[in-house]
Amino acid sequence: MSAISSNDVIGRSDEAHGHAKPQPYWSPYAAGIGLGLVLLLAFVIMGRGLGASGAFTSLVATGVHAIAPEHTASNPYYQEYLGDGSRHPLKDWLVFEVLGVFVGGFLSGILAGRVKTTVEKGQHISTAKRLTFAFSGGILMGIGAKLARGCTSGQALTGGALLSVGSWTFMMCVFGGAYALAYFMRRQWL
Amino acid sequence: MSAPFFKYGMFGDDTSLIVAFITGIGFGFFLERAGFGSGRKLAAQFYGYDLTVFKVMFTAIITAMLGLYYLSVIGYVDLSLVYVSPTYLMPQIAGGLLLGFGFVIGGYCPGTSCVAASTGRIDGIIYLAGIVVGILIFGESFSLVENFYNSSAMGSITLPQVTGMSYGLIVFLVVLMALGGFMFAGWAEKKWAHIRPEQG
Repeated sequence: MSAISSNDVIGRSDEAHGHAKPQPYWSPYAAGIGLGLVLLLAFVIMGRGLGASGAFTSLVATGVHAIAPEHTASNPYYQEYLGDGSRHPLKDWLVFEVLGVFVGGFLSGILAGRVKTTVEKGQHISTAKRLTFAFSGGILMGIGAKLARGCTSGQALTGGALLSVGSWTFMMCVFGGAYALAYFMRRQWL
Repeated sequence: MSAPFFKYGMFGDDTSLIVAFITGIGFGFFLERAGFGSGRKLAAQFYGYDLTVFKVMFTAIITAMLGLYYLSVIGYVDLSLVYVSPTYLMPQIAGGLLLGFGFVIGGYCPGTSCVAASTGRIDGIIYLAGIVVGILIFGESFSLVENFYNSSAMGSITLPQVTGMSYGLIVFLVVLMALGGFMFAGWAEKKWAHIRPEQG
């Protein structure tokens, strides 16, 4: 009896300690299997994979449409995301999935004591410069993901698992592009 | 055959949105568990001392690929009903390169930036704003890129179709390649360990 209660106390104090300090990340293989099973479930339940950038395209198309409906009417790219008007363009699978990504990321972060208002950067770059790079990188990512018809989630991960030729080509180009530029970005990260 | 459930009409569009939300929670959860809410951790992939991005991505790919392959072999999933997005080779090469640039400059991809933003990373929130602007630029200049965007259309082709090898053999080769990659990653992380920056 006393042994059990003393274990209890130790357990509790460990937990309290864990909350003060962020927990280490999972092994990449454990997290990868978790991610792979989520993707597999999406295939089995929905017959489709994961995505991310598409949700933001729905958001942009909806926003532009609200401001200038005649403008989006003449643009076939926005039209694809706005649909025929039979349902709201934000009532979309990827939009709801990405809302879940925000929630799931927050849940995991808060449980591990990793939610923190901060800026991710190396020590040799100012916050203002880092945020400028973040914004510029985001713009390139947005354009690239639209040109490629998907991002790391929809193309590399989903299309990769489905052995799509375009997705594998895309994946090689993502790594190639990033490695080609990494040397010039070293002061931001190292 | 009884899967994909949605394609067999087991539930409707409204329920599919609930499925989407729950799927997203799982997706975001494991991304954060891997450390992908941190731009530094993600960018480390391109400096050799921490190849977590490669390991997580390829573990996820072979898990989902093997699972889907075996479920189709035993006749549970109809593989032809799983949506494979069509290949447009040239725009996907160009888009992939741009995305790679954006990744190492900005530190995230769209999915990981959502996780970064929801765990408090200011750079993740700014990055998301950048993505929205990038998509807007693409949308507004669509008439200029439309021809290129629709060029080299090859349909929903897969590696087994292009190589003439069986689906199972390609699955096996991808697993072999991933395992080789994991061993290489272990070696590379030691070789470039001295580059790892101080925490802080």
